[in-house]
Amino acid sequence: MTEPLIYELSSPGREGVKPPQLDVPESALPQGWLREDLPLPEVSEIDVVRHYLRLSQLNYAIDKGMYPLGSCTMKFNPKINEVTARLPGFTGIHPLQHPDDVQGALYVIYTLQEYIKAIGGFAGVTLQPAAGAHGELTGVLIMRKYHLDRGETQRDTILVPDSAHGTNPASTSMSGLRVVEIPSDARGNVDLDALRSQVCERVAGLMFTNPNTLGLFEEHMEDVIDIVHGCGGLVYGDGANMNALTGIMRPGDAGIDVMHFNLHKTFSTPHGGGGPGCGAVGVAPHLVDYLPGPIVILDPNLDEDDDPYFIFHYPPKSIGRVKAFWGHFGMMVRAYTYIRMLGSEGLRRSAEHAVLNANYLLSRIKGVYPLPYDRICKHEFVVEGRFKDAPGVHALDIAKRLIDYGVHPPTNYFPLIVPEALMIEPTETESRQSLDNYADILLKIAQEAHETPDLLHAAPQNAPVRRLDEVRAARNPVLRYEH
Amino acid sequence: MVYIPHTDAERRAMLATIGVADIAALFADIPEKFRYPQLDLPEPLSEMETLQELQFLAGLNLNANTTPTFLGAGAYRHWVPSVVDYVISRGEFYTAYTPYQAEVSQGTLQAIFEYESMICDLTGMDIANASHYDGATAAAEAVIQAYNVFRKKRNKIVLAPTVHPQYRQVIHTYTQGMGLEIVGGDDPTIEIAHLVELVDEQTACLILQTPDFLGQLHDLSGLADAIHARGKDAQFVVITNPISLGLLKPPGDYGADIVVGEGQPLGLGLNFGGPYLGFYATRAQFARQMAGRLVGKTVDIEGKDGYVMTLTTREQHIRRDKATSNICSNQGLMALAATVYMAALGKHGLRKVAELNYHKAHYAADAIDAVEGFSVVRRKPFFNEFVVHCPAPVEEINRFLLEEIEAVEIIGGYDLAQDYPAMANHMLVAVTEMNSRHEIDLLAEALSAFGD
Repeated sequence: MTEPLIYELSSPGREGVKPPQLDVPESALPQGWLREDLPLPEVSEIDVVRHYLRLSQLNYAIDKGMYPLGSCTMKFNPKINEVTARLPGFTGIHPLQHPDDVQGALYVIYTLQEYIKAIGGFAGVTLQPAAGAHGELTGVLIMRKYHLDRGETQRDTILVPDSAHGTNPASTSMSGLRVVEIPSDARGNVDLDALRSQVCERVAGLMFTNPNTLGLFEEHMEDVIDIVHGCGGLVYGDGANMNALTGIMRPGDAGIDVMHFNLHKTFSTPHGGGGPGCGAVGVAPHLVDYLPGPIVILDPNLDEDDDPYFIFHYPPKSIGRVKAFWGHFGMMVRAYTYIRMLGSEGLRRSAEHAVLNANYLLSRIKGVYPLPYDRICKHEFVVEGRFKDAPGVHALDIAKRLIDYGVHPPTNYFPLIVPEALMIEPTETESRQSLDNYADILLKIAQEAHETPDLLHAAPQNAPVRRLDEVRAARNPVLRYEH
Repeated sequence: MVYIPHTDAERRAMLATIGVADIAALFADIPEKFRYPQLDLPEPLSEMETLQELQFLAGLNLNANTTPTFLGAGAYRHWVPSVVDYVISRGEFYTAYTPYQAEVSQGTLQAIFEYESMICDLTGMDIANASHYDGATAAAEAVIQAYNVFRKKRNKIVLAPTVHPQYRQVIHTYTQGMGLEIVGGDDPTIEIAHLVELVDEQTACLILQTPDFLGQLHDLSGLADAIHARGKDAQFVVITNPISLGLLKPPGDYGADIVVGEGQPLGLGLNFGGPYLGFYATRAQFARQMAGRLVGKTVDIEGKDGYVMTLTTREQHIRRDKATSNICSNQGLMALAATVYMAALGKHGLRKVAELNYHKAHYAADAIDAVEGFSVVRRKPFFNEFVVHCPAPVEEINRFLLEEIEAVEIIGGYDLAQDYPAMANHMLVAVTEMNSRHEIDLLAEALSAFGD
């Protein structure tokens, strides 16, 4: 099944949707500045509808079935979120309207900042960052500026565990700091001796993912934080895995100084095929003044009996703005809607069931798939996608075979410290049937790996395309339609 | 329980399979003193009550879509064809993630390939990435590309003062750890030729915007050659408005090295500032230095056409601290919206929209210019936005337009004094196809009543 490119549906002279008629006199166009040709497609509206509908049908999605990509928290995206985010009073407002005329929107931003402060145990929150990686950049720049302002200009190093997301070291170097990698110990924790050997007056901080990317809660969390604080460094929390902790533990209580949240993971805003997200950042009291501006605050000049009035505020030592306007407001409305419906208990029960589901699925496949760290996991776990007695089979083959059975594969080949890694995060919104179905398929594939491995190597055969030639794509890049 | 499908019986059975007595046992490794905090959140609401609360909050805002509006300054009220929201509301698109498993993500991948192709067509460039968070962050990534092309050895950036002030701030934020010297000053009347004179062999790039923040169009002829000559191949970065490219010769035709901008005008609602879309295009020779995701065409093992993410060795998940950027996601769904918008309007429609913007803005400029006390500043040609010198502070005029005329509510333009202290009493007025002649006449009438 292939779908032509929209350009290939084009017919010279065909018009699509029609803009309105001109209702004012024409003005002279700037001759010499005009383009001769605009080579966009010439298609009708029905061409567009059918083409993109057919393309949509080539996708797998949460709305179709279980999508247990580790580290991505592919939970159900509630439909009410889409309704509230599309209310005309939200979609129709311009970001530069006078605050008087957008108090409803400012209330949403302010209140969501407050909710995230409460959930994370932080003193200040910005919703401006557009994604998790953007939140990391924001957080590392905050740490950097904090040290510079205190005259500690020698703090040029960020410690990053070897199990960290690739964005952690990338955000660090983008901030002009250097990365020192810290190995993991035999139980999947940060290796405390290695950490102790690296802390010094050059350390600006540590980027700490907890639960880590193995899905394991750091057994020495307090030691890790104390060691870094002990050398004058700050601890950054990578909140990608917050879905294991809402209502269970507030990272701020444990001494995390700055942390990003992924509203598109933990708070159910849709992933959109790779964005838009929202990478809210929470900070401890000593970092509030460094947040990117502006944030929304209650007007401090109000009297007690005045109605609340919200204004934009630029924190005095701000690292600056990380994005135009105020952030992904549409995502904020969705996350606000979600938190409003769950409340404190709903958030805690979500985390509990995310962890229950992960441990249940792990129990169902344990003993068949090698488990490098045999512990109670949190919201996700990592197994090896290989078998001693089926040497030709790789994690990639297992992933592709899952597609043949109509489910989405887990994240594979990450974290880097586990060979042939399969990183599985079912999320709390999957039912027991759904988990059993996934476990049954994984067990069947393990059997096939031994008995009929060619089925795995040939997979997928039940998808819109077979395995694609990535080497060719990179060697001879075809990155656009050629007219 | 909202969104959790488990029954009590299922929960018990699952705990038995795991071999623990209760759910709390799964959290025993979390230090007890931190466990189960009381979160200060309000009592939950039902779906019905939640919708009512949000309807109330949405109702407190003044809807610029349904009010005569002349506010632009980087976000524009354009007509969005119905087909755009139809496509992006499909669960197959919006509940999918990054197309890591290409075989079951061909819909997303092909749509990105089409997006990249259309951005190339629009800008006149060779290649485009899968998008950035917004125009401002795309501009910052362009600076970083230029810095990387010269292996971080050139530390001077020439930044035009007429680049959107918020983009300039974001460029400063992004590069604060890189030790760059950003020059160009903050006088918006400086001629581009003078900025080109600042380019030298230590310069990584010159960045300008056209139409610029003040709506002015700049003649790009000869600039690329001058910049490349003075700066020994220093990069020429152009920020532009995609709707203007429906009508005007694209920066690629003038030799630009990188073209970026805000894609919001391409079918995205105002949404109080986001989510929007940063588009990013460059020359083929810089494919391995650019940030962001790229989708390329290939074949499967049966020779059938298909699409994959490619040249990923630039990216953070492979290169970690050596990556060209930390960017991970793109603006997937927003890029899809822009693709559908460009397809639905197509070659003829986008040209018409651009012409409507041009003619209506020029009609409005003449109408406002004719009002006593108001004059349009005409130093350069403009597209759909222009500067008006007013007889009073802009904030005062805007309050008048919104509140003080019976049965009339108009959202006026942007107060330029906020960014350029020398531009007190200067209003930036945007006019799009959404402004009917009636709305424009109403504005001119209202302005003539100001001060009466």
